[in-house]
Amino acid sequence: MNASKMKASLALAAMTASNIALAAGGDLGQVDKQPTNWVAISMFAVFVIATLWITKWAAARTRSAADFYTAGGGITGFQNGLAIAGDYMSAASFLGISAMVMSSGFDGIIYSVGFLVGWPIITFLMAERLRNLGKFTFADVAGYRFNQTPIRAFAASGTLVVVAFYLIAQMVGAGALIKLLFGLEYWIAVVIVGGLMMVYVLFGGMTATTWVQIIKACLLLAGVTFMAFMVLANYGFSPEALFAKGVQVKTQLAAAAATTPEESAGAAAKGLSIMGPGGFIKDPISAISFGMALMFGTAGLPHILMRFFTVPDAKQARKSVFWATTWIGYFYILIFIIGFGAIALVLTNPAYADPVTGTIQGGPNMAAVLVGKAVGGNLFMGFISAVAFATILAVVAGLTLSGASAVSHDLYATVIMKGRPPAGTELRVSRATTLVLGVIAVLLGIAFEKQNVAFMVSLAFAIAASANFPVLILSLLWKDCTTRGAVIGGFLGLVSSVALTVVSPSVWEATLGNPAGSAWFPYTSPALFSMAIAFAGIWFFSITDRSAQAAKERGAFKAQQVRAETGLGASKSSGH
Amino acid sequence: MSDMQDPMVARIEANPAYQALKRKRNGLGWTLTILMLVVYYGFIGLIAFDKEFLAQPISDGVTTLGIPIAFGVIVFTIAITGLYVRRANSEYDRLTAQILEDAAR
Repeated sequence: MNASKMKASLALAAMTASNIALAAGGDLGQVDKQPTNWVAISMFAVFVIATLWITKWAAARTRSAADFYTAGGGITGFQNGLAIAGDYMSAASFLGISAMVMSSGFDGIIYSVGFLVGWPIITFLMAERLRNLGKFTFADVAGYRFNQTPIRAFAASGTLVVVAFYLIAQMVGAGALIKLLFGLEYWIAVVIVGGLMMVYVLFGGMTATTWVQIIKACLLLAGVTFMAFMVLANYGFSPEALFAKGVQVKTQLAAAAATTPEESAGAAAKGLSIMGPGGFIKDPISAISFGMALMFGTAGLPHILMRFFTVPDAKQARKSVFWATTWIGYFYILIFIIGFGAIALVLTNPAYADPVTGTIQGGPNMAAVLVGKAVGGNLFMGFISAVAFATILAVVAGLTLSGASAVSHDLYATVIMKGRPPAGTELRVSRATTLVLGVIAVLLGIAFEKQNVAFMVSLAFAIAASANFPVLILSLLWKDCTTRGAVIGGFLGLVSSVALTVVSPSVWEATLGNPAGSAWFPYTSPALFSMAIAFAGIWFFSITDRSAQAAKERGAFKAQQVRAETGLGASKSSGH
Repeated sequence: MSDMQDPMVARIEANPAYQALKRKRNGLGWTLTILMLVVYYGFIGLIAFDKEFLAQPISDGVTTLGIPIAFGVIVFTIAITGLYVRRANSEYDRLTAQILEDAAR
């Protein structure tokens, strides 16, 4: 074992389960560069050629701003459900959560459940109202009866901040992952991702982005289905037999690592501990706060909300969430099986892992990829690597499109041009923004290479839960909500979620390098507090708002509600 | 953007069928929302306060009670989403179409 590997395994041993949990949120960590993998690269090349061909087809259909933002509203519920799943299942979920299951078993599924439970909330309270009131961005809905300039400025800020953090995490993850899987240099990987993402969005708009996401979702679901099937087939399709093998492997590893008689005696208990909750949840406040960030953050992610405008009506919008929930839930169940497959098939194989320390080739995030190799050989491992790359592309394309719409539709067309942009300029602005965002994403991706960005995906969820979600839900459901309340409360949620994250251990200590224990805010996630601040802020600054504008906004609630509930006057698909 | 003077809006607002639809659909939506919150935070609460409960084996094997519960939460999430979408896309959408038709007359 060379010095760097030694260091890596020590660092891994020092990591607590909660750190791994955070890493699963988006940081793929520092990784060793692997030999160039030609099988994976050629599979990926096939994917790229296919998606570029689709982009060319989509470009011919992308003529108006409506085509660019919503694919003309002509996507079916089933297609949109797959696209949402493709937008949502990131490489970090795929590789990070399977790695987490491999290292700590049951704790991995706690994370998965958190990522899933926001979907019913979207279904029951938001999906149809979004579709009925909205056109291109969630600000159309949040600002339906409000003073356009301030609410759009807020919504665009919320969108851009969430997109920025999510995008940086994805770019850094992409660079690390591609270095690992394909053996390319970090910066080359980041430039490839940024370049392809710009091409998809710039030329193909929402149509190309949707199809990239659908194809990626199908490939990913097919890949994990095959892997989980093969893992289970090794154990006679008995989960109990698979779990028993996992416990046995973990017990052996614990016994091998034991240096004292007490540790040897405790090996069996340590092996069995992967079947129950471990150190992921340290204190109840962190548990609840983190759960709230995941649950309500999902319902405030701008790139996800935007997908509801691509379907023709409320019926299809509901179908979309149902299919998205189904595919995402199915995916997470299989990821758990694959994580146990990694314990049973990867940790035990000296070709992939050190049988004494239990460290695997290329670091813990290679768990799922090595399961692919174990059950399907080199060719399938190449396929899974290419799918992981495609996964990142689909997610960043969705993020960029959503950031571009916030700038062109909310800021340019509505705030600057007062809702009357000269013909064709809105589309030009969104394309220019796409270019700018792509360049910024590449530069930030390179700048953050050596940084610990583990907190960024969690932060994006916390901001979405604390800024976008409260404003959206109260503007939809609460008659007395006013522009002043929504904007002030929303900004309070935005600022407090960022500030509390900065002074939390994951940034203050892990990223900024302050001594352990010096963080002012002790919890994993700010959502419990920042959401409370946002809701209280919106409530207080709304009820104390006695302006004529506020009276007008309260008076407009009933009409908004009629339209939200019945779809009267909802924007129709432009059709082709 | 919103127009209180739109006669369609006023007619729908005055239609008792609309008020009934709103009550029914939102009643179901909120009931299921609360159910989801109870199930999820119940699960998180078990992890936070009673790890041993989840870590107890079901029978002689290694599978713990936590496994079916966690998988159960995932399946439950999908199932109630499906339940709502089914009701909304059939019964409630029929009522909505009727209300819109009445208002247009």
